Amino acid sequence: MKLTVNGTEHEVSAPDDMPLLWVLRDVLGMTGTKFGCGMAMCGACTVHVDGHAVRSCMLPARSVVGKKITTIEGISAGTLHAVQRAWIEEDVVQCGYCQPGQIMAAAGLLHEKPVPTDAEIDATMSGNICRCGTYLRIRAAVRRAAELAGGRS
Amino acid sequence: MRAPRGVGRRAFLKTSAGLVIGFYVAPRAAFGGLQAPAPKPLPDPNAFLRIGEDESVTVILAHAEMGQGIWTTLPMLLAEELGCDWNKVRVEHAPVAPPYAHTGFGMQMTGGSSSTWSEFDRYRQVGAAAREMLIQAAAEKWGVDPSTCRADAGFVVGPSQKLSFGQLAAAAQKRTPPASVRLKDPKDWKIVGRPTRRLDSPEKVTGRAEFGMDVRRPGMLTALVARPPVFGGSVKSVQSERAKAVPGVKAVVQVPTGVAVLGEHFWAAKLGREALQIDWEPGPGASLDSASLRKEFRDLALKPGAKAASAGDVEGALKTAAKTVEAEYEVPYLAHAPMEPLNCTVHLRPDGADVWTGTQFQTMDQGVVARIAGLKPEQVKIHTAFLGGGFGRRATPTSDFVTEAVQVAKAAGGSVPVKVVWTREDDVRGGYYRPMFLHKVRVGLGADGQPVAWKQTIVGQSIIEGTAFAPMMIKDGVDGSSVEGTADSPYVKGTPNHLVDLHSPKTPIPVLWWRSVGNSHTAFVMESVVDELAHAAGADPLEYRRRLLKDEPRHLAVLALAAEKAGWGRPLARGHFQGIAVHESFGSWAAEVAEVSVEGGTIRVHRVVCAMDCGVYVNPLGVRAQVESAVAFGLSAALHGELTFKGGKVEQSNFHDYPVLRLNEMPAVETHIVETSEKSGGVGEVGVPPLAPAVANAVFAATGKRLRRLPFSLA
Repeated sequence: MKLTVNGTEHEVSAPDDMPLLWVLRDVLGMTGTKFGCGMAMCGACTVHVDGHAVRSCMLPARSVVGKKITTIEGISAGTLHAVQRAWIEEDVVQCGYCQPGQIMAAAGLLHEKPVPTDAEIDATMSGNICRCGTYLRIRAAVRRAAELAGGRS
Repeated sequence: MRAPRGVGRRAFLKTSAGLVIGFYVAPRAAFGGLQAPAPKPLPDPNAFLRIGEDESVTVILAHAEMGQGIWTTLPMLLAEELGCDWNKVRVEHAPVAPPYAHTGFGMQMTGGSSSTWSEFDRYRQVGAAAREMLIQAAAEKWGVDPSTCRADAGFVVGPSQKLSFGQLAAAAQKRTPPASVRLKDPKDWKIVGRPTRRLDSPEKVTGRAEFGMDVRRPGMLTALVARPPVFGGSVKSVQSERAKAVPGVKAVVQVPTGVAVLGEHFWAAKLGREALQIDWEPGPGASLDSASLRKEFRDLALKPGAKAASAGDVEGALKTAAKTVEAEYEVPYLAHAPMEPLNCTVHLRPDGADVWTGTQFQTMDQGVVARIAGLKPEQVKIHTAFLGGGFGRRATPTSDFVTEAVQVAKAAGGSVPVKVVWTREDDVRGGYYRPMFLHKVRVGLGADGQPVAWKQTIVGQSIIEGTAFAPMMIKDGVDGSSVEGTADSPYVKGTPNHLVDLHSPKTPIPVLWWRSVGNSHTAFVMESVVDELAHAAGADPLEYRRRLLKDEPRHLAVLALAAEKAGWGRPLARGHFQGIAVHESFGSWAAEVAEVSVEGGTIRVHRVVCAMDCGVYVNPLGVRAQVESAVAFGLSAALHGELTFKGGKVEQSNFHDYPVLRLNEMPAVETHIVETSEKSGGVGEVGVPPLAPAVANAVFAATGKRLRRLPFSLA
């Protein structure tokens, strides 16, 4: 099957039911997208498909043939996405394992709602688990990213 | 936009390799001119620091970064003395080697909230010695007195000239490390104590940071292991034809912990494992059941256990007390559930082995790999990756997940690297839990409301028994980690007649330290009981604690600070109530005030104010992060965490039935750090113990219902 990941088309040989997560990690060697639960409950595997944040751990790769897949490796071209800059400014990360998924979820939210309300931030970001408990800084960083993306930095 | 600092880190290191300053300063090297033992040269001269001609300053971390922030904290200590440009600092995990042994515990490890205090001197001494060597190299070059030179922002500055560290590195490297170093006066600190952003952010926000799970080696196979559904069970027979027929499955091998399926990738191994047909011998654990285990614990609590603390005549004093308070408290088995499921990659070769994993216990792991592979320890390299959370789970005295991975690699023939991956279900059901505990408490109060008798019986599995730590940590039948926070509690010690005893029943369930260890249950009990006593004595919970802790200045200071910042006793929003708790652990003190409301049977925690006395602190941003982290971790356990057993099997499996705190449940957290010149203590675990009792006490204030069991239930 042909998959378009971060603007590059890859010819991939993988079992039909193989989730996108494992194609990315084990076939294409793009390990930024993480395995956390395998049941679409923790959000560590979040990527964008045609601009929308989705969980890749239960999504058969075959179902996204012909769509634009974006991973943490491709969210910014040679520079940093506003969300990544905000994450650094707010000193969000701790162990860091869940953060690619958190960042992809936040970027997906800002793509759809450039100035999200606190309730919208909570609703979206509650889908991603962080066991280190970086939640307060995640909240602050999403707000900050909205400002940065709005050019008010 | 500018690329962030550190983006080119890997390329940077490449160019700087080879030009190094390396030395070792004995941990007891002198301060301020005191006689010091001669420094011992190291086998590896690059022990803690490399300075590149490209000006990079690479700090080698003796401990593992697992979210606690030492990737930043320890370099801050070193850089404070070195006088380098902070923007040039890079960090690497150390290999496993004797120089990196814990300064207090003697083995290379990360845990016990000890990384900062145990390295507080060593990393500063390394920085100071390197600074002296650079200054001497420059002074010699210029023909000036070294005392006329100083280090500043990556340069040695002389009377009328300056040279960069990179320019001096080669010459400095040839110098003998000083026999003693003079460390800066704290009033001159420019980095230590200042809010400093994390150095690992750039690689962690771009997905480039390598966790154990991300390790890829040429020809590597991925393995999943089918383990017995009941602890202590074993394989009776296995049929693997169907598994071997799964496309991508390369081999099926039996190991002591079960049956491993090796595949080209995770997915093949997972489908292969599902296709295995295994007949399990359940073993004696098959009768394990949570309800009967609780009853067994309750029955045990009626009998005298091994004495952990005693004074006076507790039974006599209970009989004559004006009032007695009696209660039973319970906490369940808990999984650590780090976000990165366990994993370990092993490459066995005839002449050595490489192991890539996120581990808290390098020395133990090295020994275990060597033993199984038939190698000498020094032939085993442990490559410590970033840990996607640890919380104690990656510090097993048996090196369980490393042991198993080596056994799989060995059984598979040892020619290719093998990565054993645990699924979330494997992690939740894989044991090494925080043990279940039951506390039976009876306290007698005098007419003035002060405790005159305190009797507490603790029942729960020993973490230490049967491990290499037993000779050190079990005394007279008492595992100190089971009673810490109770046997040494100022409430108990301040009561003239007291008895703390312990039963350590055995079960097939593997148990382990879990962030804050014994304090994770003892603080819940002590601080809830004291709240009960305050209520019985008709006193304000804060004032009552002050009375009992009158001789404990550091308890009093954090209590006062937390109460003041939280507005204790002042009016709150309608329906909001406060609870308070204070606890000493890991050489530090934390008091927390929780503000909660209870609506429709649901507990909502709105705000937690924490006052922390961790002695001299290094990075206030790191302390704040760890307090927030501790609140989230403690609240996860208080609201949700519980593992139960039926027919010997763990009933939970993943985040749907073993939920952890999510963002929508996260309270506002305010962290206030006590300014002090006392010795540094721990931080990472210290905020966990007071959280559950602070919330429980607030719920009592709100509802009059005393929550004596975790996780909380108002039903």
